[in-house]
Amino acid sequence: MDYKFEWPYKVNYDKEHSFSADILVIGAGLAGSMAAIEAAKRGKKVMVVDKAGIERSGSGGAGIDHWNFACSNPCCKISPEEMIEEEVEKASGYRGEYIIGHCNYIAMKESYETLLDIEKMGLRFRDEKNEFAGADFRDDETKMMFAYDYKNKYSIRLKGGWRLKPILYKEMKKRKVDLYEHIMITGLLNEGGIPGAKIVGATGVNVRTGEFYIFQAKATILSTSAPGGMWIFSTDLLGSSSVFFDPNNCGDGHAIAWKAGAKFTCLETSRKEGGGFQYAAYGTGNVHNTFYPCSLVDDDGKEIPWIDRDGKVLDNFKERTVPAANQKMFIQSGPQQYATQNPRPIPDLPERIRKGEFKLPLYSDFPGMPELERRAMWGLMVGNEGKTRMLYMQYAKAGFDPDKDMLQAPVMPPEEYSFRPWWHGIAPSQWREASFFAGNIITDWDLKTNLEGLYAAGAITGCGGAAGATATGRYAGRKVVEYIDKTSGDSQINREQVEEEKKKVYAPVTREKGLVWKDLRSGLARIMQDYCGEYKHENTLKIGLDMLKSVQESEAQQVVANNPHELWRILECLNRITLGEMIMFSSLERKASCRAMDFKRLDYPEIDPEEWKKFIVISLKEGERKSETLPLKYWLNSPYASSYLENYKKYSGLE
Amino acid sequence: MEAKKYNKAYATPAFAPNLPVIINEEFCTGCNKCVDICRMDVLLPNPEKGKPPIVMYPEECWYAGCCVGACPEEGAIWLEYPINMRMNWKRKESGKMYRIGMKDPLPPNPKPPVG
Repeated sequence: MDYKFEWPYKVNYDKEHSFSADILVIGAGLAGSMAAIEAAKRGKKVMVVDKAGIERSGSGGAGIDHWNFACSNPCCKISPEEMIEEEVEKASGYRGEYIIGHCNYIAMKESYETLLDIEKMGLRFRDEKNEFAGADFRDDETKMMFAYDYKNKYSIRLKGGWRLKPILYKEMKKRKVDLYEHIMITGLLNEGGIPGAKIVGATGVNVRTGEFYIFQAKATILSTSAPGGMWIFSTDLLGSSSVFFDPNNCGDGHAIAWKAGAKFTCLETSRKEGGGFQYAAYGTGNVHNTFYPCSLVDDDGKEIPWIDRDGKVLDNFKERTVPAANQKMFIQSGPQQYATQNPRPIPDLPERIRKGEFKLPLYSDFPGMPELERRAMWGLMVGNEGKTRMLYMQYAKAGFDPDKDMLQAPVMPPEEYSFRPWWHGIAPSQWREASFFAGNIITDWDLKTNLEGLYAAGAITGCGGAAGATATGRYAGRKVVEYIDKTSGDSQINREQVEEEKKKVYAPVTREKGLVWKDLRSGLARIMQDYCGEYKHENTLKIGLDMLKSVQESEAQQVVANNPHELWRILECLNRITLGEMIMFSSLERKASCRAMDFKRLDYPEIDPEEWKKFIVISLKEGERKSETLPLKYWLNSPYASSYLENYKKYSGLE
Repeated sequence: MEAKKYNKAYATPAFAPNLPVIINEEFCTGCNKCVDICRMDVLLPNPEKGKPPIVMYPEECWYAGCCVGACPEEGAIWLEYPINMRMNWKRKESGKMYRIGMKDPLPPNPKPPVG
């Protein structure tokens, strides 16, 4: 292309800035922001760094519709101990028995208190104006509103959730947290420059000016995202919206911590994404998540029946929001174990569509629902969740009225109408996503990693979502303060490691001609699709690893950055190569298929054989990939106590 | 360091299937709030002060709408979904189908979100 636009920011590659403080927080999403606030509250000087503008950065930056795991709220009938038991022991949670128990238990213990903290910062999440007075999901005394299981009330509908991130942003400023925006962290710095040694800081590059940053801290909290967009990439069709997750979720934290010597697990987890090249999320007829438990009709207006876990047809709306007879609770989403199975549309819907009983398309029948229910679904949840507030406004501008209109579901093959999240469109099976909370850094009950001086919070620990991220952030913020208070001695940054890092970071700007980052990224996606797709095999995984290495040696050395923005995207691609290696290596090491991880080995087709019910843990040692295993529930094994509550009392610093 | 030699940076406009970010020059004051809040840096500040931002990377837009939410001027910035992301809806009483972008659209629904 001939037309060149002069870069509007003053570019100064290689110009160095050095900063130091007590604590460095990498990734200013909900987890990192909350960690920073908690540490600042305790009198520490905190630096927070994010690739994007911090006011709206992170997976939850654009908005939040509900607050899960709020087990300690006064209306909840499920204790954190009961909830974690369901999620881990009975494998009812999203990732079955491979959920990271201690992190999620921390969220169950503290997410409500965390929400109360945020309320004090200015979030008005209660129905103060009594707009929902009389609704089954509302508690009249506390004016809190709940989602899904109205009897047990563990999930709070978050009025005003659209304002959550700006509120945290303001609070960080108020508490004099040093905010470093538009800076991508490119590497962790180890003491003496030796991988595996204590973390003493990090390097970063400004994605607008190209300037270089060196951060030094007594301790670091890694609060980056779960990795997304590894299998799917095409900006030509839908922009970055071809991925469901925040497109900034590239596994940057995974790549830098892996190189620094951190241990990771569950990287082999991935899932076919209903989307890929999907419709706007929550912009289609649906019965899941935000739209649970929406009424559903066919094109003739014939209602699709709902049933409970025992197959009993539910005649009125209310029955979809409470557990079945003799059932303690239900969990919306997850692998649908009998114990916690939620009410749902008839499971033989695909068959009945085939036989002609129901005529496509299907529709979410908002007008057919109680008024306050549809207002809660569309006005409250869609109106406050990230991205979907914009959806609400777009649909409203075009005249959509949930009081009168039924939203169409995509027209798909009948088998796609089984109860699974979400009906946003379909994709081939090799278009996968690392899915919720896949690829977790190993932490202990302090949320400390295996590296001295490095803590973690949020999705990278295996506990994402707004409630999980903020609760683990708050906990890590507390623990890291405890750590630096009892640690003495200054750690020195190794200049050689900084120079190495600079060389790597700036290489793409010193090339005159070469490849475009998008070519590299879609090439990587193809490798993931083909060699680490739905079905995996030792042979193809090994070829995949070789291909990643080959691309690293060749094309990755040819990409060109014409400006700091392109440099940002290239550095993300380089992290993706590392992440791909981590995913394929983990996949090689699990020599069995696994249901909860949607992990299928052609050469080891047996699903969940007893001897493979364990965590695969990977790390890099002296440049070599190493793997080990940890038993299920390793967080309740020695040296820890055998119960969640005992550990919590010992480690939380609160009880 | 050799990198300094390359401080002359430039961008070439990218291809997108649609125009996700639409700026109305009549209302935009060039305050660049949208530029700084965008999570993807889709927008660049106009080199001419007070002029509307440049939509440099429309193909990286995630349709989060943070730009629209941050804009202090009513009607200065708007997002549009690509046609291939637009879903139908059916008015229950009349059975008539509607969608974003259709000819003779419905009047806007003024009801705001909750909170």
